[in-house]
Amino acid sequence: MFDYNFHWRPVMKSLPDLLEAASLTLQVAVLAMVLGIVIGLCLALARLHLRGPVYWFATAWVELARNTPALFQLFFFGFGLGAFGLHLSPYLIVLAGLTFNCAGYLAENFRGGFKAVPETQIRASRSLGMTPWQAYSRVVIPQVFRIVYHPITNQMVWAVLMSSLGMLVGFRELSGETQFFASRTFRIFEYFAVTAVIYYAIVKVILLSSRLMAARLFRY
Amino acid sequence: MISIRDLHKYFGALHVLKGIDLDVQKGEVLSVIGASGSGKSTLLYCINGLEAIQDGAVTVDGTDVHAKGTDINKLRQKLGMVFQQWNSFPHLTALENVALAPRIVKGKSKAEARDIAAKQLQHVGLGEKLDVYPGALSGGQQQRLAIARALAMEPEYMLFDEATSALDPELVGEVLDTMRLLADEGMTMICVTHEMGFARDVSDRVAFFHQGVMEEIGPPAQIFGDARSEHTRKFLANVR
Repeated sequence: MFDYNFHWRPVMKSLPDLLEAASLTLQVAVLAMVLGIVIGLCLALARLHLRGPVYWFATAWVELARNTPALFQLFFFGFGLGAFGLHLSPYLIVLAGLTFNCAGYLAENFRGGFKAVPETQIRASRSLGMTPWQAYSRVVIPQVFRIVYHPITNQMVWAVLMSSLGMLVGFRELSGETQFFASRTFRIFEYFAVTAVIYYAIVKVILLSSRLMAARLFRY
Repeated sequence: MISIRDLHKYFGALHVLKGIDLDVQKGEVLSVIGASGSGKSTLLYCINGLEAIQDGAVTVDGTDVHAKGTDINKLRQKLGMVFQQWNSFPHLTALENVALAPRIVKGKSKAEARDIAAKQLQHVGLGEKLDVYPGALSGGQQQRLAIARALAMEPEYMLFDEATSALDPELVGEVLDTMRLLADEGMTMICVTHEMGFARDVSDRVAFFHQGVMEEIGPPAQIFGDARSEHTRKFLANVR
């Protein structure tokens, strides 16, 4: 039917390189998520409790991260900053772009989570003599964490998949590496098929471990 | 002693408490009755500083609750509070709910806090439910859990904010029994309540609130049998 002969051998030969690139993908995604969670938490709290410049800064961040294409955000940290003479390495461009994007989405997840915990939980905590910080860290945040747990998992998956945009700014993560080999050997279909399987496996592992962890963490 | 002098509280333009004067002695059980919106619950929030006040003063054992220098977190350890919506912490077991504050506020060791919590849960009849999460408890059980949680801080006063109002009728009894038990043990209590039977049988004094004013205060026999204020008589005629 097709006039196409599959050649898998070159792909298999470069599989170790692909897997190494996959670990780079995972690394940048995890790092972006860790930073994104910390920043997203701060952005959410700023939007909930502060007014003035900090509130506007946090709001602008969230709006830009959510309402513009992720690719443009990546280009901003690459070519955008480059135009002003600030040249980041491809790794840093992807890390910064992913972090910026994840923080924006996570901030909204956290904000929803905080709003879902009734104000009366804080009152009850304070009535027991807890400081505001104790009430937040011991009573509110553990409940928020459960509410945002599955959205965080989704975001983690999204970070892994989105890191593939890195190949457009010259980053040799899994997609960049695949592109590199594919264009050298012209086995385009074979390379991208194998890479798709690798992405699928990574995401599957993330989802499974997230589910296992949830079963251990949330007994209530 | 809790001492309230010319207390005024506003929510925006709304004048919720209009000059309350009230003393509650150690060991006394005071019930506060009145229609919804009469300022009863707000009074409790002003006593433990969960609400700011605009004029007057509240002192607890000589400490001004609303003064700038007051260590409010320290003072609140003396003032246990039980809420209408019991507010148990859903992510913690019954035991952890009760043990949390002794551990992080009072700095008790894990084992000590556990012992205190187990003892208090026993006290309110939840000795079998130590490792159960609140989601698996009935409203009445959750309210008793909230009482145990407050008692674990060894408060000298207990403030009850309509502790039975949100409960199904058949669950009210068990919570009232627990409150009776505390009264018998000599706990100083201020109970905002709609349970007239409790107010009559258990209180040393009953205060009637009407539109932000304490209309009348006196022994239950007087309030329920021979109220001086027209408003009190009307209110009682309606709830009976």
